[in-house]
Amino acid sequence: MVTKRKAKAPECGLLIDYEYCTGCYACQVACAQEHHWPAGMGGIRVQEVVQALPNDRAYLAFIPFPTELCVLCAARTRKGLQPACVQHCMAACMKYGKIEDLVKEMTKPRMVLWAPRA
Amino acid sequence: MIVRTTAWSAGPGCHGGCGVLAHIEDGKLVKIEGDPDHPINRGRLCARCLAMTQYVDHPERLRSPRKRVGERGENKWVDISWEEAYDLIEEKMGNIREEYGPESMVFSMGTGRDVGAWICLLAYNYGSPNVMFALSGIGCYSPRIAASETVLGDYCVFDGGQWLPKGHDDPRYEVPETIVIWGYNINASCPDNIFGHWVTDLMKKGSKVICIDPRLSFFASRADKWLQLRPGTDGALAMGFLNVLINEGLYDRAFVEKWTNAPHLIRSDTGTLLRASDLIAGGSPDDFVVWDTVSGAPVIWDSANQEFRSPGVAPALEIPADQCAVHLADESSVPVKTVWSTFCAEVAKYPVDRVAKITWLKPEDIIEAARLYANSKPATIQWGVAIDMTPAITPTSMAIAALWCITGNLDTPGGQVIARPAFGAVAYALPGQRGPIKLPDMESDKTRIARDRYGVLSEFIWRAQTDVTLEQIFTGKPYPVKGMWIQACNLIGGIGYDPKRWVKALKKLDFVCVVDTFMTPTAELADIVLPAATFLEKDGIRSWWTPLESIVKAMEVDGCRPDNEINFELAKRFNPDIKWANLHELLDEIVSPSGMTFDELAERGWELPPDGDPSAPYLRHERGLLRPDGKPGFKTPSGKMELYSVLRERWGFEPLPHHEEPPFSPVSSPELYEQYPLILSTGRRSPVYFNSEHRNIPWLREVDPDPVVELHPETGASLGIGDGEWVWIENMFGKCRLKAKLTPIVPRWMASATHGWWYPEHEGAEPSLRGVWDSSTNQLLPMGYQGKDGLGTHAKCTLCKVYRAHTAPPGAYALPGGGVIGGATSTAATGAGPAPGHAARRGGVSTGSGKEA
Ligand code: SF4
Ligand code: SF4
Ligand code: SF4
Repeated sequence: MVTKRKAKAPECGLLIDYEYCTGCYACQVACAQEHHWPAGMGGIRVQEVVQALPNDRAYLAFIPFPTELCVLCAARTRKGLQPACVQHCMAACMKYGKIEDLVKEMTKPRMVLWAPRA
Repeated sequence: MIVRTTAWSAGPGCHGGCGVLAHIEDGKLVKIEGDPDHPINRGRLCARCLAMTQYVDHPERLRSPRKRVGERGENKWVDISWEEAYDLIEEKMGNIREEYGPESMVFSMGTGRDVGAWICLLAYNYGSPNVMFALSGIGCYSPRIAASETVLGDYCVFDGGQWLPKGHDDPRYEVPETIVIWGYNINASCPDNIFGHWVTDLMKKGSKVICIDPRLSFFASRADKWLQLRPGTDGALAMGFLNVLINEGLYDRAFVEKWTNAPHLIRSDTGTLLRASDLIAGGSPDDFVVWDTVSGAPVIWDSANQEFRSPGVAPALEIPADQCAVHLADESSVPVKTVWSTFCAEVAKYPVDRVAKITWLKPEDIIEAARLYANSKPATIQWGVAIDMTPAITPTSMAIAALWCITGNLDTPGGQVIARPAFGAVAYALPGQRGPIKLPDMESDKTRIARDRYGVLSEFIWRAQTDVTLEQIFTGKPYPVKGMWIQACNLIGGIGYDPKRWVKALKKLDFVCVVDTFMTPTAELADIVLPAATFLEKDGIRSWWTPLESIVKAMEVDGCRPDNEINFELAKRFNPDIKWANLHELLDEIVSPSGMTFDELAERGWELPPDGDPSAPYLRHERGLLRPDGKPGFKTPSGKMELYSVLRERWGFEPLPHHEEPPFSPVSSPELYEQYPLILSTGRRSPVYFNSEHRNIPWLREVDPDPVVELHPETGASLGIGDGEWVWIENMFGKCRLKAKLTPIVPRWMASATHGWWYPEHEGAEPSLRGVWDSSTNQLLPMGYQGKDGLGTHAKCTLCKVYRAHTAPPGAYALPGGGVIGGATSTAATGAGPAPGHAARRGGVSTGSGKEA
């Protein structure tokens, strides 16, 4: 018999304003440093997305994606610190918080709210 | 223990200045974070600094001085003690000084960082004026500074509120309405002492962006106006902007009349400035002449006293053609015109249609961008190294400086803010500045290579001209070059064009010493290599521009020594009369204009100069803060911002801004363009590397594992090149192998290549030299094509063809230890970075040719 797996609702997340993400990779390296990940692993991966547009134009975007290894910096946030990626984000385009609060801050286009873990 | 200090080479490599908190446990760096209080970065930190734990503890870091035992380039070394190294250096360099004179030693530096001061300290105390910035045409930054100093007496940067104690929140600050990002992927490299993300901060506050870049950068993607110009035509574009501004009256006429030399008269017979000495017997050649509309007669402008010789003068900007003859002291009469008419006539040679043809832009885009810039109050321009990448660098910079000024944005909040070292505290001679580190006398400067050939080198840039130096190593004329001291400078693997010729040059020398943190292709050719400390392992200061910052020793790495300590020790050996007993006395003297000692500064971390200090904004020309005499005006020969340059006239170069075609382009060499039909622009920045550094730092290498050339998908398709395929880039000078990245962010006519590539993981001995011949784009760039004034180069505007390579460079890269520094093993790939299997994958030939077309 199949039983429906009950996922716990996530409480906290990361709000990214990717309009301003410059693809600097600081978040990725900050996470690796904080959690001692070897190269090739980490809590966040920055992806380049180039979309060709009509009239021979294009748009260049970067999306920081929290991976299976993101623990939302629980040890830091317990101490009242920002997650390592959020603190060091060069464009200050990442925010950590309660999902219900972050939702209220989605007041402009080109944003994404990640809930990597419960 | 948490140590608060300032990041500035060695280590992160950039022009630095960010405040960091170094977490030290048992003398080891365990973590590094941004200092939330620091005015430059406010808690942020980029990938390069965040990877410092992998840098300081790197297993391949040099940890002992070493002496060559085989031939140069055989990679055979024996470790020696510091004492032995110093003795050897003293002996070898001492012999050169004795036999050939001190000028026969050249001291080579890379991009302008902390080490500049310390190289000068050593060179000058040894007695040599030949400090060389190793890029052809000295083509990075100092040409722009020198050009700005030439016409304005000062340098400017964009105002991001960085020099106000409260930043954007300071009541004096205004957010720029428009920011022009010109030839600059500023967020990637934080070059020129500017924190690139100040621009994103301001975009969030509403600043519009005009982006001038052939490549779709982050800024270009979000710009209100993107000008995708042909590389090397920036001068024409700047002249086109001036043309629109002047024709449409979109300039600040009051500023032009009051603060520029626009009203000064030019003789129509000689085409040179009319001087008081022409006009009256006993007149000074340093005083100029205007046409007074009140008296209808010429009046002398007294440059020294910054005043007209008679009261109530209303100088004319234009003189009607029938009233323009002036009687001279020798009784003759000569027709004159104003600088403004002459400047406007030069600008009129660049109508928008012509500029569009030169730059490959649409005329309406040029006009709209010019109007947006001119109508925005305030507006600011931040220019990048692409500007230096044209042999007409000085006339191009003069045109851009004219834009700042005639739009009334000079030293205004949110405009173009004058940049001076905090409190005037400088270590060594920079354009417009002198510090305590100097040659014993001007006499010793006379032998500096090409000093007399290029006027600007005798006035603003205290360097040996690089291209001439390389030639002199081979010709021995006018005197032989016998040794080189190369510090924090990867001549062969990073900064030197035509690196094979530099290898030959190094092999001709009697003595080569390299100081660096790791072995590089350059270090492989040394006789002695000294291991340098990173910024975390030294005391120092930074005053470029402001605030004045301290660098304090947070830790030590066994065997390594700071550049400044190494050079101080050797300077003392070569000049026993050196003025300072120890390095800290020298640091004290450098920071003394601030009223602090080094220790007091270190206690505070940084200090912003107060309002009223010449290094604090705004409107310093009005407040008499720029000239040594305290009078309003500028530190130029005329005291004005010079639209027509007095110094350039004196040096025998064109005194007006203009455009010149780069040496290899569809216009200047159409025959070559047929053979090499793509415009090659090298030096595409990576956000995780600084020039040729950091390829050995795993967290950084995984972001950008391979040297990349960006090609438009249609260009790739037409050449049968697939995404990710290895390709040869070749031109009349050489070739190199890079990995094609097909992307519509570059135009169809361009190949945009990453620079500074060598492979730290490859064999050190020749012929490999750590793989430098595989992927160094500098093999396609010849030396000796500097501009007429010795400055400017062509790394971003030359020609090439691209074709499939079928093979990858040998020994393709895998992350050390399976991905980890320090022996742990990595397992999984997450898709973004290289992973086990990566190396094998990239060796294969892609079959994807044309798939994106
Ligand atoms: S929140 Fe913490 S664990 Fe998650 S990506 Fe950011 S730094 Fe890594
Ligand atoms: S640190 Fe911020 S700006 Fe940089 S890549 Fe990550 S999200 Fe983007
Ligand atoms: S820009 Fe980056 S590398 Fe340079 S000092 Fe700042 S954080 Fe360090």
